[in-house]
Amino acid sequence: MLPPPIAIRVATEWLAARARWQPLEVGFWIVAFAAIWLFPDRHLILTEIAWLGLFALSLDLILGYAGIISLGHAAFFGLGAYTAALLAKYEIINEPVLALLVAGLAAMALGFVTSFLVLRGSDLTRLMVTLGVALLLRELANRLGWLTGGADGLQGVSIKPVLGMFRFDMFGHTGYAYSLIVLFILFLIARRLVNSPFGLSLLSVKGNPLRASAIGISVDGRLIAIYTVAAGFAGIAGALLAQTTSFASLEVFSFDRSADLLLVLIIGGAGYLYGGLIGAIIFKFMQDYLSALTPQYWPFWIGLVLVVIVMVGRDRITSWTAPFRRIASHLNWRALARHVAASSSERR
Amino acid sequence: MAVALETINLVKRFSGIVASNNVSLQIAKGARHALIGPNGAGKTTLINLLTGVQRPTGGRILLDGEDITSLSTHERVRLGIVRTFQINQLFNDLTPLETIGLAVSERRGQGLDWWRIVGSRPDLVAEVVEILERFHLADVIDKRTAVLPYGKQRLLEIALAIACRPRVLLLDEPAAGVPEDERHEILAAVAALPADVTVLLIEHDMDIVFSFADRISVLVNGALFVEGSPEEVARDPRVKAVYLGEEVADA
Amino acid sequence: MLTILFDGIAYGMLLFVLASGLAVTLGLMNFINLAHGSFAMAGGYVTVILVNRLGVPFFASLPIAFLASAVIGFVFERALYVHVYKKPHLDQVLFSIGLVFMSVAAADYVMGSGQIFVQIPKFLQGQFEIYGIGIGRYRLLIIVICGLLTVALQFILANTRFGSRLRAAVDDSRVARGLGINVNWVFALTFAFGSGLAGLGGALGAEILGLDPTFPLKFMIYFLIVVTVGGTSSITGPFLASLLLGIGDVAGKYYVPTLGSFVIYTIMIVVLIWRPQGLFSRAASR
Ligand SMILES: Nc1ncnc2c1ncn2[C@@H]1O[C@H](COP(=O)(O)OP(=O)(O)OP(=O)(O)O)[C@@H](O)[C@H]1O
Ligand SMILES: [Mg+2]
Repeated sequence: MLPPPIAIRVATEWLAARARWQPLEVGFWIVAFAAIWLFPDRHLILTEIAWLGLFALSLDLILGYAGIISLGHAAFFGLGAYTAALLAKYEIINEPVLALLVAGLAAMALGFVTSFLVLRGSDLTRLMVTLGVALLLRELANRLGWLTGGADGLQGVSIKPVLGMFRFDMFGHTGYAYSLIVLFILFLIARRLVNSPFGLSLLSVKGNPLRASAIGISVDGRLIAIYTVAAGFAGIAGALLAQTTSFASLEVFSFDRSADLLLVLIIGGAGYLYGGLIGAIIFKFMQDYLSALTPQYWPFWIGLVLVVIVMVGRDRITSWTAPFRRIASHLNWRALARHVAASSSERR
Repeated sequence: MAVALETINLVKRFSGIVASNNVSLQIAKGARHALIGPNGAGKTTLINLLTGVQRPTGGRILLDGEDITSLSTHERVRLGIVRTFQINQLFNDLTPLETIGLAVSERRGQGLDWWRIVGSRPDLVAEVVEILERFHLADVIDKRTAVLPYGKQRLLEIALAIACRPRVLLLDEPAAGVPEDERHEILAAVAALPADVTVLLIEHDMDIVFSFADRISVLVNGALFVEGSPEEVARDPRVKAVYLGEEVADA
Repeated sequence: MLTILFDGIAYGMLLFVLASGLAVTLGLMNFINLAHGSFAMAGGYVTVILVNRLGVPFFASLPIAFLASAVIGFVFERALYVHVYKKPHLDQVLFSIGLVFMSVAAADYVMGSGQIFVQIPKFLQGQFEIYGIGIGRYRLLIIVICGLLTVALQFILANTRFGSRLRAAVDDSRVARGLGINVNWVFALTFAFGSGLAGLGGALGAEILGLDPTFPLKFMIYFLIVVTVGGTSSITGPFLASLLLGIGDVAGKYYVPTLGSFVIYTIMIVVLIWRPQGLFSRAASR
């Protein structure tokens, strides 16, 4: 008793609709790339948005898709930043793209090792452990002063041209184009990943780990995998920071950075990939504006925004991003899906 | 008689309570085995132990003679031990299509595919749709599970286990909470299972138990109390006293 | 050697008084309150203002610090926290981090960003020796006060009507409601009391730990260690964890100064791998 072909087709298309590109998404990337030519005088802040967006995308992979709350995601960001800066400073790898990859791999290795710490335990122990790992790395970077420059940061880093051709300039022109391309490629990978059976299984692990394991999914295995991948993304984001600013300091590991990151993701909304990117845009422009008023009290505004978001409700705050969440496609396919019902009742 | 699943002196202690007390149970290959007992007898606990959701305090579990006591839940699923839950355990934010799709791709070892878009394997989708239709879920394939009526959720609960192609299926009160007139869909699905699938059914409804089972074990206070064919169990005065007695009195 | 042990115990007991309120709110409401340190900081600054600026005697300022923090805690609980209890942990984390940041910036605005010390009375300064053990007077005071508080806390929880209501509410808030216990009220009072203890700890600790606007951030990890390593099922767990942490930290910084805070973080991570439920929690023994 095979189902009728139409039912299969509809089901296939409905599943595929999850991954279909929306006009709004296409528009988003066109604008992002057009900014290379349209807003040359904003490239410095746009570069910051690009790596912050990538960093938040990385957090979205573990928080939005796997449900792991982390207060120490800066550990991977920082490791990536220091790796890239050290590679350039000691002229071990001069080509930025290659150094970026190595930084990402280093962060992935750290992610893999520390993933075992976040497998067990409650949200609280996860908070602790992630926070602890970041603090530990910060302390490490601080103590290894002969290598990392300690509290002064790693100075005198000079980054060679990308692919030997594109020299970094002080206006961030190369920096932005470079960061945006890296962000876009990693975004494509992430997009592919979350729309795959693997991505779906992450949602199941987040939603109901008990049942996920009862249908044969290795919950631990999935968490380790996504934590490792996300760490790599964060490491590359950190490496982008180091390469575009020729600098790495202890601040890359700071708690504030991990906490800000949570805010970035929450402003844009977790669990649909664009949240981190949208959040990064809002966050950076907000920071630009507010810290110009009173740089010292900038944390106050961050705190206020966090409290307000929670009091009002995260869903309500981010409801305007709905078009990005592919609600539209679900509605379209709902109509088609009725055919399945119709065709299957006809047969009876 | 070939034994599919066997427990040897299985013990599970919670703080103060002995939920499984030296349970040595044998379930024959292809059996339609029922496990009955009053509330709190330790039936669900036994299934939790068999599937690795909980670790036994003592004792061993064998599948086809192999010791599986130390295997994790998902490893046991891969060996063919699959269960349903007394209280629905579903993925509230996913649709039935996605839910069944998950189980099928996992069973085929494609759950780690990260470069492939969901639904890009026609044969997989065909199988998923077939299961959904068999369980009368075709009209709700794109609804969030959370918004489905209870009867549909219960069907999905069982369909999800079937999608794993179990060799040993452990059903924990599959018809619990389902209205009388919708029960037959669930029971029919259970009855339609291939004969070589071994089934252990927990059920309070004696009509269902006696129409289904070829063997019955009675669990009381965590310990196996009586075991035998339906006729033997029905005749056993001790069972009447502790269990059927209550049922009859209720009726 | 014994001096270090002594200092470590003083430090640990201080940590316990600081963090015990957090252990109770966490155990009671399953609420992750990262802003606990902000209430401690409030107590610290209240003492600083009272003693340094207004010339209030040190000992008189301690109960005021307790009361001030308790009142602040009570107001925040009623106004804000109640709305967040039922929300997911992520929201609780975001919310309480938000409060931390706001308090840090506010303290910076009001009190300046520098580190401030409380002027403690002359007779509490310096140290004396018993059998060759150097004993700091102020640390001895801390041990005495915190020891008394611990005993009092244990007594309240075990022997008073409020304590039994609290335990009932912890065990099962639905049943407790059914028994006619006003759980909301119990929550609010407990929260206020926990904040008050934190404030008192902040007041006492300003001298030893140093007081500046980043206090809630700096000690967040310490509080978390106390409650996760100690567990929240009893008051003894966090107490032992605090002592361990205090002694470990002091000894670590003394014997292997180059490793700095490594010792503590590493111990914490190892403990959590070994026993994710906490070293002293009942759940771990299952
Ligand atoms: N996680 C647990 N912690 C402590 N006690 C438990 C736990 N799970 C079950 N129990 C206890 O073990 C005993 C057996 O419970 P179990 O759920 O296995 O009974 P059951 O036979 O399935 O009952 P029912 O027919 O009501 O489903 C009960 O007394 C129960 O309270
Ligand atoms: Mg049961």
